[in-house]
Amino acid sequence: MNAIRRAHLVIAGKLSLLVVGMFGFGYLMVPIYNILCDITGLNGKTSSIAAVAPKSVDEDRLVTVEFVSVVNSAAAWTFKPMQRTMQVVPGQTYNASYEVVNLSGNPAVGQAVPSVAPSSAAKYFNKIECFCFTHQEFGAGDRKEMPLVFFVEENLPRSIDTVTLSYTYFDTGAQPAGDS
Amino acid sequence: MSAASAEHHDHDDHHGPAPGLTRWLYTTNHKDIGTLYLLFSLLMFFIGGGMALIIRAELFQPGLQLVDPLFFNSMTTMHALVMIFGVVMPAFVGLANWMIPMMIGAPDMALPRLNNWSFWIMPFAFTLLLSTLFMEGGGPAGGWTLYAPLSLQGGDSFAFVIFSIHFMGISSVMGSINIVATIFNMRAPGMTLMKMPLFVWTWLITAFLLIAVMPVLAGAVTMLLTDRFFDTSFFSAAGGGDPVMYQHIFWFFGHPEVYILILPAFGIVSSIIPTFARKPLFGYASMVYATASIAFLSFIVWAHHMFTVGMPLAGEMFFMFATMMISVPTGVKVFNWIATMWRGSMTFETPMLFAVGFLVMFTIGGLSGLMLAITPADIQYHDTYFVVAHFHYVLVPGAIYSIMAATYYWLPKWTGNMYDEKWGKIHFWVSTIFLNVLFFPMHFVGLAGMPRRIPDYSMQFADWNAVATIGAFGFGFSQLIFVYVVFKCMKGGEKATDEVWEGADGLEWTVPSPAPYHTFETPPPIR
Repeated sequence: MNAIRRAHLVIAGKLSLLVVGMFGFGYLMVPIYNILCDITGLNGKTSSIAAVAPKSVDEDRLVTVEFVSVVNSAAAWTFKPMQRTMQVVPGQTYNASYEVVNLSGNPAVGQAVPSVAPSSAAKYFNKIECFCFTHQEFGAGDRKEMPLVFFVEENLPRSIDTVTLSYTYFDTGAQPAGDS
Repeated sequence: MSAASAEHHDHDDHHGPAPGLTRWLYTTNHKDIGTLYLLFSLLMFFIGGGMALIIRAELFQPGLQLVDPLFFNSMTTMHALVMIFGVVMPAFVGLANWMIPMMIGAPDMALPRLNNWSFWIMPFAFTLLLSTLFMEGGGPAGGWTLYAPLSLQGGDSFAFVIFSIHFMGISSVMGSINIVATIFNMRAPGMTLMKMPLFVWTWLITAFLLIAVMPVLAGAVTMLLTDRFFDTSFFSAAGGGDPVMYQHIFWFFGHPEVYILILPAFGIVSSIIPTFARKPLFGYASMVYATASIAFLSFIVWAHHMFTVGMPLAGEMFFMFATMMISVPTGVKVFNWIATMWRGSMTFETPMLFAVGFLVMFTIGGLSGLMLAITPADIQYHDTYFVVAHFHYVLVPGAIYSIMAATYYWLPKWTGNMYDEKWGKIHFWVSTIFLNVLFFPMHFVGLAGMPRRIPDYSMQFADWNAVATIGAFGFGFSQLIFVYVVFKCMKGGEKATDEVWEGADGLEWTVPSPAPYHTFETPPPIR
């Protein structure tokens, strides 16, 4: 009787390890997903680290960059691009900007999250400087013009002639900490 | 206590159940726990069915009539959660508890106390879940998949939903560990793995699937919990997370889950069809391998639920072809069942009617699944009633019909009485007619573009929705016949023989009817 009991406990023990392992695997999928998306740009996420200036220029090609803005879930912001489209030469650096107004009567902290479509263009779209790298603090009713310096890499696949850059503006829910 | 009554008590302990309600509370007997699971699932079937009728009543006409849209959304969400976790899964676990020890010649489950615990968690889990309907902000209303960020925007009752899912997960993982230990350690001498009945095989594979994916679901909902209440940002883009990642994690659980809901059904049908065709099952070994390959493939097809999130072409192609590949082992099974019936001496008692009904209508659901697997077509079908028609065809005449077939098939063994054959057949035919009236029109409105999970729809869908609602009420109320037949059989009726069915094969038919409280205390000889 004891032998069979031990056999039950061995199986139950091994399977419980599997359960714990799979629970861990669920969490492990988060870094796996992020790394895969970083490498391939599959989810249209662009790098959140500032890029260095481009090395070479492809003069005989023009790519249309479209600018899109979304405010998340009816938060009290105005958020729009100062330019709708730009014709860019791959490998050259350009400046663009977005306008943000805090419409709420309170101080607020906002954060923009970028996304590029088509997703296969994401890893060729580089930002040297971007307001999306940091939070922005606003007093009640503040208006800011926020800069963006970007370039499209010259080895962007030939099949892509339009790249859409979309920012979603989130209210982080935090209070401004003052000058820090 | 006198010596005589103490002796009498001992006697009870060893040969029969303890009297009174505590029998059910403290029981570690696999047959008692199986009965508890099955009755629980029957109760939940009517609760989940009631929710479905509220949905269909609202959809009887275009426009908003009966319920407000938020409540409608929480009905679609709760209907799915109750039917999946409260009906189909407990019913299969109940059948496993009843039948697996008897099929492999074991005296009981390997871990009887764990077994008691895994059942008694369920009523608490569902009390938690259903109680959210009466809380401020209402029940979960973002769909059973609980997609972030929508699911995070409801009321605080969301925490109850998550804890109830944790409970259900713990319950089914413990049940599965028990089933695996029973099958590996407690087979009668001579019962090799490749001699096990297919119901045991399919459950063994299902148990492994459950152990592998329920913890992933637990992880996913825990992330939702911390996102909602503890300021993490797994799925919130503002904090650097990604909502699409939730879908990947969820469907990594979700696709194996849909096979958890159907593999035991395959086992049941593989037991019933040979009995009533009076031929051994055609292609036993290929059935085992087909089941195992379906289980393996279920882990690599999850993204076919999310073709519209914007995957790269290579990903869409991979998931499309991997999904279509599942139809190969499933086809093997369907053809094996047909080959089993080929030139058999078939009779059509109620279990066989349900099994053949399963075979025909599950295949319809399988074919619409193939249509959905085609990526370019899926972009049109996605989130329409076509999807609703598809998964209801595989779940209702699939999983639910197999459970009903199993109930009719083994009920004489459980109760010792034959059920009322006439009413059983009436139940089958009324259900089958109304079921098709209910679900078949959903294909048409879905292809025409009617979106799912919306309480209102445009005028052009009105006629078929009215038809579907009539079917829904017909199907719902015809299940009362099932309750009548089951309880009538429990109370009495024509005595069943030990064999019950003329063509039946298997160890469960060698024990008396009704099956004594303890069976196979000494292992049976295996041919």
